[in-house]
Amino acid sequence: MIGDATIPALPRGVRLREDQARGGFTLMAPERVLKLDPIANEVLKRIDGTATVAMIVDDLARTFAADRAQIDRDVKSMLQGLADKRLLDLTGND
Amino acid sequence: MTDGTAIDPPLGLLAELTHRCPLSCPYCSNPENLDRRSGELDTETWKRVFAEAAALGVMQVHLSGGEPTARADIVEITAHCRDVGLYTNLITSGINVAGAKLDALADAGLDHVQISFQGDISDHADHVSGMQGSHARKLELAAQVTGLGLPLTVNAVIHRGNADRVREMVQFAVDLGARRIEIAHVQYYGWALRNRDALMPTAEQVRTSTAAVDQARADFAGQIVIDAVVPDYYARRPKPCVGGWGRRSLNVTPAGKVLPCHAAETIPHLTFPNVRDRSLSDIWHHSEAFNAYRGTDWMAEPCRSCDRRDVDFGGCRCQALAMTGDAGATDPACQLSPFHARMIELAETAVAEVEASPMDTRYDYRRFL
Ligand code: SF4
Ligand code: SF4
Repeated sequence: MIGDATIPALPRGVRLREDQARGGFTLMAPERVLKLDPIANEVLKRIDGTATVAMIVDDLARTFAADRAQIDRDVKSMLQGLADKRLLDLTGND
Repeated sequence: MTDGTAIDPPLGLLAELTHRCPLSCPYCSNPENLDRRSGELDTETWKRVFAEAAALGVMQVHLSGGEPTARADIVEITAHCRDVGLYTNLITSGINVAGAKLDALADAGLDHVQISFQGDISDHADHVSGMQGSHARKLELAAQVTGLGLPLTVNAVIHRGNADRVREMVQFAVDLGARRIEIAHVQYYGWALRNRDALMPTAEQVRTSTAAVDQARADFAGQIVIDAVVPDYYARRPKPCVGGWGRRSLNVTPAGKVLPCHAAETIPHLTFPNVRDRSLSDIWHHSEAFNAYRGTDWMAEPCRSCDRRDVDFGGCRCQALAMTGDAGATDPACQLSPFHARMIELAETAVAEVEASPMDTRYDYRRFL
């Protein structure tokens, strides 16, 4: 389960890339090209293998002056979805 | 025929770098007439193709074959693909890759490795691949891949002899540390078609193997991603072959022919363009072959007025040709096709008598003719 102290990291073979031909950003993974909506892109941009989930949520809430509790729920469910598809590594879980 | 100017760019390119391969799987989808080494594109031409692909909008390149690492320039090609921004996937038999070669490929920026496994038990696997000791060498490579932290996919081709071992295959992949397994029933082109009688599973095997995939998905959730390609000859509606003709991907053969799918050359009235003569963008947008079955204008009934015409695009053109004699017909895998009953009948008679065995002795192994 994802907690505030969880540190998400993109594993080798999963990376963000701008899609010049179609616009926007994508997450590239084994046999997958996931088109990212602007929110998902903002979340993934903040994953650097050291930032915790709490730090990422704080930063998003500050940058977009949005409800922190709402962002917290959305980010955790999005990260869990990616981890279930083996597109994200999670460390620092309790 | 459609004008290709307004066509979306392709996402993926399958590069069959060579038809050479140390293995001789009877289900190989390579054509019976394999391209010889002397006819293969040179390094510079492949590099141009990959640069053109990236500029066209291709995101992922699949370096395949045959055995792609049989080419001496595989590291140079991999590095070039990364340089031009492509996500680079190696589809390998796993023979002669472990050790320094994989290290060099990883350093060159390789993103993902897919190893074909012919079984979960070495006796079975070596029998199907036609090479003693091949399974052990694949295991060695798999360990090196996961040790480097690279994503590993296990490719498992399902046929009569192993359709009862799907669950074991998934467990095997999990134990190897694979992040993903591809379970694909044989598609009957090339060498596989030649071996159809030995390879075609029974309707019962298709049912139980499909159920085994569903069960494994539930049991191994979060541990491994299972992508399964189920056979469509017992289905009611066809699959959208390659995501629709000329919609999402393209293939380049060792000799440079550009195809909308790997069986497209079976359609005799189409002439496929070559990267030696034209740019990839010109081929994608303007060639007659790519525009032949794009969109829905080419369709006849029952597809033309069907509400699924933009979902499955009338199914597979090559299968339509093989069964009906007309590549523009409805795929006979569709229940609405007048040839559907005949297709089921063919599938069932092909598998009538002989008992399923992982050590089937009827294989006609792939080779240069
Ligand atoms: S299917 Fe077997 S023989 Fe054909 S290219 Fe793949 S590993 Fe080689
Ligand atoms: S009739 Fe054609 S479009 Fe409709 S489901 Fe069958 S193959 Fe697909």
